[in-house]
Amino acid sequence: MIQSRILRIAAIAVLAVGGCCATFAQTATTARRHTVSKGTMAPDFALTTLDGKKLNFASYKGKVVVLDFWATWCVPCRAEIPGFIALQKKYGGRGLQFIGISMDDNVKPVQAFYRKFAMNYPVAVGNAKLAEVYGGILGLPVTFVIDREGWIFAKHEGEVPESTIEREIESLLSADPRSQVQRP
Amino acid sequence: MNRVSFPRAVTTLTILTFALAMSAWARPAKGGASASPRAESGSAETLSSAALIKPAELAKILKSTTGGKPLILQIGFHMLYQQAHIPGAEYAGPASDANGRKMLTDRVKSLPHNKEIVLYCGCCPWSHCPNVQPAYALLHSMGFTNVKVLFLVNNFGTDWVYKGYPTVKGN
Repeated sequence: MIQSRILRIAAIAVLAVGGCCATFAQTATTARRHTVSKGTMAPDFALTTLDGKKLNFASYKGKVVVLDFWATWCVPCRAEIPGFIALQKKYGGRGLQFIGISMDDNVKPVQAFYRKFAMNYPVAVGNAKLAEVYGGILGLPVTFVIDREGWIFAKHEGEVPESTIEREIESLLSADPRSQVQRP
Repeated sequence: MNRVSFPRAVTTLTILTFALAMSAWARPAKGGASASPRAESGSAETLSSAALIKPAELAKILKSTTGGKPLILQIGFHMLYQQAHIPGAEYAGPASDANGRKMLTDRVKSLPHNKEIVLYCGCCPWSHCPNVQPAYALLHSMGFTNVKVLFLVNNFGTDWVYKGYPTVKGN
C-alpha cells in the first residue's frame, strides 16, 4: 500500500515536471520572437553564399542592411524580390545592402532562381539555427531593416509593400535624427 | 412612315444593335467557367470547409485525455518543422515537391483508409500555400476518407505558436 502510494506520488511529480517543461518550452518559443525585434541588435551570423563566398554579417556594419528570409516556393516572397533588386540598384551606392537568406530545403532551386532573376545581392541558404537566432522564422517572408550600427529598425512578417521598405531605407540612409532606432 | 419618325427609328435601332453587340462581347467564352481569381487550381482555397480543422479545435483534441489522437503530418518546409512543430507531428514534405509527396505516400501507404489524419503547413499565407492542397489531393487519391487540413490563415507562427498552442522543436 505504501509502495503504491509512493508510485502514485512519483507519477504525479513526473507529470508536473513534464507539464512545466512543456509550458516553459512554449513560453520560450513565444518569448524568443520578441528578443529580436525593433530596437534590438541584429544577431551576428556567418554563412556561405551561392557563389561560394563567405558572408559575415558583422562585415556589413556601416551599411543599412535589409535582411530577407524567403524561399523560392513562397509566392509572396517571389513577389517582393524584383522590388528588392530595384532598390539595391537604386540605393546600393549610398550604402544599402540587401541580403537574402533562403529557407529552401535544397540549394538547386535557389541557384536557378538567383540566375533567372539576376539577383544583385548576396544570397545564402539558411538553417533552423539561424532562424531561431533571429527569433524564429515561423512563416515567410520575414524582412528585417537594420541601421548602420546594427540595430533593427523594423521587422516585417509577411509581404511588405516596396514603398514601405523604400521609405525606411531612405530614412536610415539619410541619417535623419527622427529615424534613429529607439535603443532599449 | 412620316419623315420625323424614320430618323428616330434608325437611331433606336442603332442603339439597340450596339447594346446587343456589347453584351455579346462581355459574355464569358463558351465552356469557360469563370473561377474566382484567387481560387486557382491547386490552391489551398479550393479546399472545402469540411476538409478543414481550426487551430483551436485541434488544440482541444490534443489536450483531451479521452479519445484517440489523429496522425499529424507537417507537409511544409523542413526548417520550419525543425524550429517548431505540433507535438507528435511527423515531417512528410514538402508536398509541393515530388520527393516530398513520395515521403508522404510512403508514410501513409500502409495505414487503413479510415485513419484520422491531420495535415498542416503554415509556411506562408493560406491563399498562397503550395503544399496543403497537393497533400490533401494525394491522400484523397490514395483512398483516405478521414483527412483534415489545419487551417492556418497567416502562417504557423501567427496562428499556432504565438496563440500559445503547444509546440516542440527538433528533427
